[in-house]
Amino acid sequence: MANTAEEKTASGNESPGGVPASKAMQVIVPAIGWLIPGAGHLILKRWIRGGLLLVSIVAMFLIGLAMEGHIYHPNGGDILDMLGFVGDVGAGALYILSQALDWGHGAIEHATADYGTKFLIVAGLLNFISVADAYHIAIGKKQ
Amino acid sequence: MTLSLSHFTSAVLFAVFASVVFGITQRSGKREQVRYGLYCFAMFVGGVIVAGWVMWFLRR
Repeated sequence: MANTAEEKTASGNESPGGVPASKAMQVIVPAIGWLIPGAGHLILKRWIRGGLLLVSIVAMFLIGLAMEGHIYHPNGGDILDMLGFVGDVGAGALYILSQALDWGHGAIEHATADYGTKFLIVAGLLNFISVADAYHIAIGKKQ
Repeated sequence: MTLSLSHFTSAVLFAVFASVVFGITQRSGKREQVRYGLYCFAMFVGGVIVAGWVMWFLRR
């Protein structure tokens, strides 16, 4: 039939879609995807995409820590600190682990340490995008 | 362990990771994902080089 997702994609008339996952999976996928970067894609058997997202986001977060980047806390007081926290918390388990182990004080002894802070924030923000993508796959909006 | 990277190395690493995520999440087909990832990488690194030259001219 001409109205299947594959044929619509082949004809170029509509955006590509896939088969929606179960309702439970549509909730689990974003949650797991937030907690472990790329895991949402891995659950949906998008192995290469999930692996690349996992490596990219985790590497970015770890490099940010190694560059002595600063990890923001929820009660920073300043509005910019709160925005930094929103970015950092996107990294899920990495953020929780870094808080538990008291990482990310950010000594700022060299100029590129500030880049480390940006790496940490952007790793979290990229994970938010990754979670949204996994959700779109789960609901069948994207293949 | 402290990692001391140059500004350019930091920017290239940032571009690599961000481009991978953008490519995967913003396009559907494999070919489009690779092309968009490479496009993003070129824009990131190109932007860094252009911004560097602009700052060099401003400093003179």
